[in-house]
Amino acid sequence: MKKGYFGDFGGQFVAELLIPPLRELEHALKTIVPSPEFQAEFTALLKDYVGRKSPLTLCPSLSKELGFNLWLKREDLNHTGSHKINNTLGQALLTKYMGKPALLTETGAGMNGVATATAARALDLDCIVFMGATDVARQSHNVRRMQLLGAEIVPVQNGTKTLKDAINEALRYWIAEQRTHHYCFGTAAGPHPFPTLVREFQAVVGREAREQMLEKTGELPYAVVACVGGGSNAIGAFHAFVPDAGVRLIGVEAAGTGEKGCFNSAPLNLGSPGVLHGQMTMLLQDDDGQILPSHSVAAGLDYPGVGPEHAHLHASGRATYGTVNDAQALNAFMRLTRAEGIMPALESSHAVAWVLENRDQIPRGANVIVNLSGRGDKDMDIIEESLGSLLGQQGSKG
Amino acid sequence: MTTSSQTSRLTDRICAANKAGRKALIPFLPGGFPDRESFWTHLAALDAGGADIIEVGVPFSDPCADGPVVEKASIQALEMGTTLKWLLEGLRERAGQYQAELVLMGYLNPFLQYGFEKLADDAVAAGVSGFIIPDLPLDEDAPYRAILQGRGMSLVPLVGLNTDLERMQAYAAVSTGYVYVVSVLGTTGARESFPAELADALARARKAFDLPIALGFGIKEPAQLAVFGDTIDAVIFGSALITHVREKGSVDAFMARWA
Ligand SMILES: Cc1ncc(COP(=O)(O)O)c(C=O)c1O
Repeated sequence: MKKGYFGDFGGQFVAELLIPPLRELEHALKTIVPSPEFQAEFTALLKDYVGRKSPLTLCPSLSKELGFNLWLKREDLNHTGSHKINNTLGQALLTKYMGKPALLTETGAGMNGVATATAARALDLDCIVFMGATDVARQSHNVRRMQLLGAEIVPVQNGTKTLKDAINEALRYWIAEQRTHHYCFGTAAGPHPFPTLVREFQAVVGREAREQMLEKTGELPYAVVACVGGGSNAIGAFHAFVPDAGVRLIGVEAAGTGEKGCFNSAPLNLGSPGVLHGQMTMLLQDDDGQILPSHSVAAGLDYPGVGPEHAHLHASGRATYGTVNDAQALNAFMRLTRAEGIMPALESSHAVAWVLENRDQIPRGANVIVNLSGRGDKDMDIIEESLGSLLGQQGSKG
Repeated sequence: MTTSSQTSRLTDRICAANKAGRKALIPFLPGGFPDRESFWTHLAALDAGGADIIEVGVPFSDPCADGPVVEKASIQALEMGTTLKWLLEGLRERAGQYQAELVLMGYLNPFLQYGFEKLADDAVAAGVSGFIIPDLPLDEDAPYRAILQGRGMSLVPLVGLNTDLERMQAYAAVSTGYVYVVSVLGTTGARESFPAELADALARARKAFDLPIALGFGIKEPAQLAVFGDTIDAVIFGSALITHVREKGSVDAFMARWA
């Protein structure tokens, strides 16, 4: 297979000026990451700083209602509140080993921004974060966290003012500052070697979940379900299970409002192959190859592309990808919050919602793992706005 | 020095300007900018004003190797309804009208969605001599280069301050047309000065390539060129021209400065 490809997808479609830092990173991935020193330091950070391993929690009340066992892989319990920290600490540590003093990154929901700013503090690096102006407004809580952590935040006013444009701006900045900055790419997408590098650091999620499931039930799960934005929490959850042919791998894309022709964030289901942000992958685009705006109530899923390994798993059929709309995700948020006392991020709510919406497909007594990629506090404003009336009705009943 | 077997109209055109004792002039203008009608007027004026080669931009929604001036112009052109199809049809209708050689410069995705072979056929019919695709580096370009070069067109390589000699030689082994040397470690946009390492990069390019060297990114005015002497053969200007057009300056006046 061609270097940096997953089947027909992936590659390195970047400006020539970015080839040297990508080569440097490929080399680091091959030589530094597998070294015992790096692995020992990374594992220690995950344990003592992030709080791994994260629990695998059975949802007693929803399981009873559904007739099968719903398990949550609790990435929401990680330090900073999502899976993003697994990757940012890995890349920040690698940055140290590469001898660069600073990180740059992009963020949509702000979770990757917070996780990168945090890793920068933990490992004494400078940090600059590019964030679409729309996301700055709708994820203001995370903006304030990043500011407290001492990161410089650059609101991006171009294009759709969301994650896609933040990545454009970060790539531009990286061209100019490549000698001092490592681009801590926030998801398993972008030019090679990022999809592989990010998977490497997120794979701990699936490795732990697989072991925990075997320990608790003595068998492999019926299915592993995860939401897909760029695809890092999903590829992290899936990776250890890929060789287990009997385990269904189910990615969940955001369908937006769900109306026909609406803006969505479901390129695997509704897009076509193309090149954006350094990768050949599935994209939302028009007939002229212009990238379409995306939409999701979950800022972290609001991206018109997807990591190339998911495009490949989709094409090969090893994983399947469903969709969930904004309303279904909000509903799942409330269900999990009220039934189990666990408040999921709106991104993760999409994965929970897929299970609730597709319960008929799942056999009685099966074990289903949902990767609960993050916690919901960051989404309070959106949730209160969207569910205001609902909260009013349900408030007293609890 | 590596010799490319195929000589191209682009190479010939730059060499002819150099023989006449001047640097070849290569303006860049996004297709459909500032609007679809004025674009054709400006293109004709660039041609009449002495351009040797004109790089016509194919607008893309996400031009991530470009600075704010080119990005804004591209978005404006898209909002004006510019498409690759419209551009190729317009060029085909005018084929043979221009003295200058034409090069299409754009990101890969719109080219892919058009269908790359059809694109190459239609580009030939439109009188296009080459392509510049900033997000298509050597490692990915083989199938596309073969399609273009098979029809006598060039895929112009971009190299920069951080491109080492070996990499330049790898480009030289397969390239025709000219070499686009990017003057800064950065995106497009007019700049006041050039980094000290540029002289080294130009020397490496001279050693690696048997093709003319065109310097681009950050070039604003002729006075900036004096220091380069004969280390460059051609000069590319984009953002400065776009800004000039935006400020309602005439293209004739802009080109007159360089004559
Ligand atoms: C909690 C959470 N889950 C999921 C995502 C989506 O990213 P990915 O698909 O890379 O996991 C995000 C992105 O911000 C997030 O914050």
